Amino acid sequence: MIIAIASGKGGTGKTTVATNFALSLKGGVQFLDCDVEEPNAHIFIKPHITDKKEVFIPVPEIDESFCNACGRCKEVCAYNAIAVLGQKALVFQELCHGCGSCSYFCPQEAIHEVHKVIGHVERGNNRGLDFVHGILKIGEPMAPPLIKAVKRYVNSSKVTVIDAPPGTSCPVIAAIKDSDFVILVTEPTPFGLHDFKLAVEVVKKLTIPFGAIINRSDLGNQATEAYCKKEEIPILMRIPFQKQIASAYSRGELLIDLFPGYRQRFHRLFEDIKNSI
Amino acid sequence: MKQIVIISGKGGTGKTVITGAFAALAKNKVMADCDVDAADLHLLLAPTIQERHEFRSGSTAFINTDRCTGCGRCRELCRFDAIDTDFIVDTVACEGCAFCSFACPAGAVAMEENISGEWFISETRFGPLIHARLGIAEENSGKLVSLVRQKAKQVAERENAEWVIIDGAPGIGCPVIASLSGIDCAVVVTEPTLSGLHDAARVIEVARHFQVPVRLLVNKYDLNYDMTGRIERYCKNNSISVIGKIEFDRSIVQSMLQGKTITEFPETKTARIITGIWDRLAGDMAAYSP
Repeated sequence: MIIAIASGKGGTGKTTVATNFALSLKGGVQFLDCDVEEPNAHIFIKPHITDKKEVFIPVPEIDESFCNACGRCKEVCAYNAIAVLGQKALVFQELCHGCGSCSYFCPQEAIHEVHKVIGHVERGNNRGLDFVHGILKIGEPMAPPLIKAVKRYVNSSKVTVIDAPPGTSCPVIAAIKDSDFVILVTEPTPFGLHDFKLAVEVVKKLTIPFGAIINRSDLGNQATEAYCKKEEIPILMRIPFQKQIASAYSRGELLIDLFPGYRQRFHRLFEDIKNSI
Repeated sequence: MKQIVIISGKGGTGKTVITGAFAALAKNKVMADCDVDAADLHLLLAPTIQERHEFRSGSTAFINTDRCTGCGRCRELCRFDAIDTDFIVDTVACEGCAFCSFACPAGAVAMEENISGEWFISETRFGPLIHARLGIAEENSGKLVSLVRQKAKQVAERENAEWVIIDGAPGIGCPVIASLSGIDCAVVVTEPTLSGLHDAARVIEVARHFQVPVRLLVNKYDLNYDMTGRIERYCKNNSISVIGKIEFDRSIVQSMLQGKTITEFPETKTARIITGIWDRLAGDMAAYSP
């Protein structure tokens, strides 16, 4: 079973919920941090890293001795990643999606694919939890291939908890796709509600069952609660603002260590989700 | 004309609140919201839309089942697992590479252009705002950011504006990279948490990778004085100037609830502090102009 934690707006408490939730469950749980642009879960889980692997995407390399600058590669590239200037075809690697079309269609067989590193995946464990995260290389624009590489570690015999990136576009989709349930974390402010509505549209588009956790539930107004009621979105939990919680977070400490009562609450939440799907 | 982008790495540190305040404080400026995934600046600036345009970008494969012979070539070649065993295209997974369309021996795959969002030129009480909305689950946020930036620059040039003030996206991926090109100063807003520092450091590396000058602002600094100290030491060691520190202030949420920027509540301490920060930043940047 795969449960993803997502939000729309950043900084609402995805990682707090994801890490504490995962560590509240007993046995056979794995944690995948799919916020590869800004992975933070390791700060709280403090895994002992046992394995590190680079992640590549295939990009074309043109052998000039075979290339006759016919321009077929440029024609079939949907991303403008190849230009033909004079007698030379040039590849712009950062625009390439690695679809493989150019090398397939090159009549001269002048194109072969090489590996371009876009980041790396680390695996480890702590407190009985299996941990995997991806770290996008600085300056690399495309997160989805790395997110997919992290998700290759999904073990269907386990409960998988996924920490998703913020937003509503391709990285979020890559992270939450194929989940059995999504927990959307929001805060009851106008920004929080606006982005929460967008996130609701995303999970509806993917037809994944979902519910909401309202974090800092006493900072803001009642509009988020009213929206959930109207749209029949179950509110799974409310976490009030407490300086102690914010302060523990700032030091990389877990909510369940500060207030052990949350362990039971997250465990009950898991049982409820399991029974609902 | 100078272009300032407000970024953070980590989401929810206060980018949009700071952008709104700078928008109110700067004289003679144009605003741009480049967080096209989850744009929020309009909630503070209450824009009146004057121009509305479609954002067309990329395409999606469609298989004509009458022509399809079921040979399976498309499924073999597609690297995005976007075609199922019944030859139906998963429009979310399809990245629009058109490999299948070129390779289909029956000519059964057509590529259809996506309407992946909208962009707007608006008027606000502080001046023009260029903003956009990327469609749900769409791609090419970087291209939409570049488009918004290009339009904002055109409007700024036409109006002889001194500043373009840009609200950036969280993270370090394509929308952030697109928001950094040709920028005079990136203001990184962070919070005194381990995550805040970790993420700020990564986005600062990205800004430096693209040779963009960086300044840093610590929001909610009183939530953890030790972490604030660590962030200041990090900045010192990396020659980054800290342009200010803002306290955790519930009046920021109150101003947001009223759809106002914090500087529209001049009696608050935070408004006074942000005004000081803007004056220093604008002064600094004027002093460094070539």
